[in-house]
Amino acid sequence: MTIVSVLTFAMLGGGVLLALVRLSRGPSLLDRVVATDALLVIISAGLAVYAALTRNPTVVPVLVVVSLLGFVGSVSVARYIGGMLLESADDGRDVGLPLAAEAAPENDPATADGTTAGTPTEGGRA
Amino acid sequence: MNDVDSVADVIAVACLLVGAFFCLTAGVGLLRFPDVLSRMHAGTKPQVVGVLLIMVGAAIRLTGSSVTWMLLLVAAFQLLTAPVSAHLVSRIAYRRRHVRRDLLLVDELGGGPRARPGAPRGDEPADGVDQAGR
Repeated sequence: MTIVSVLTFAMLGGGVLLALVRLSRGPSLLDRVVATDALLVIISAGLAVYAALTRNPTVVPVLVVVSLLGFVGSVSVARYIGGMLLESADDGRDVGLPLAAEAAPENDPATADGTTAGTPTEGGRA
Repeated sequence: MNDVDSVADVIAVACLLVGAFFCLTAGVGLLRFPDVLSRMHAGTKPQVVGVLLIMVGAAIRLTGSSVTWMLLLVAAFQLLTAPVSAHLVSRIAYRRRHVRRDLLLVDELGGGPRARPGAPRGDEPADGVDQAGR
């Protein structure tokens, strides 16, 4: 049983660490949203594993809250920050977004043909 | 830690292990894949399966207590909310071109050879009302 708990928590912790690396590296806001979503779901999975292995049902309501929170967070960020990004003519800083919200993705061909990195304008689209 | 003492516990522990492995693959895919859409694919799909397996395992282990329905509620909620958030995030990602177009095999929103100039693209409303002034 100890082996099972060590294995399970090691795999969950590895998933959390990799999601945290993606959360810190970005490069765009949407990558961070996806990573945060994955992080919250893995955290709720870890709580469920703890509840199952110890037969301790007291953390199960926390599970419902964390699951709801992940959904509300990703949807609100995608809806409102994404709407602000669509309204802005530039890279989002003119509507009050931080710089990291609109960083160029790695190896993006759209940023290689004239448009500078971080400012994808509509010029790339005919 | 209680011991594993029945067949149901073995099944539950197997579900927990496989679910945790799926969560690990979600993390690996998030780190390794090249753009937002493929990262979202890696981050949501194995995650939903993993969370479903973990909830089933926990429900088997917690049989008899009053919180089993809550675990299944969390699982059903994951199934309901994952497509919604994935749809919103991928729509914004496509419009802001966080998508590696050179990796796409089929781009049904991109117009294609028959697209006229000035025609509405597939990812914007067909009535042409565009509030962003494009």
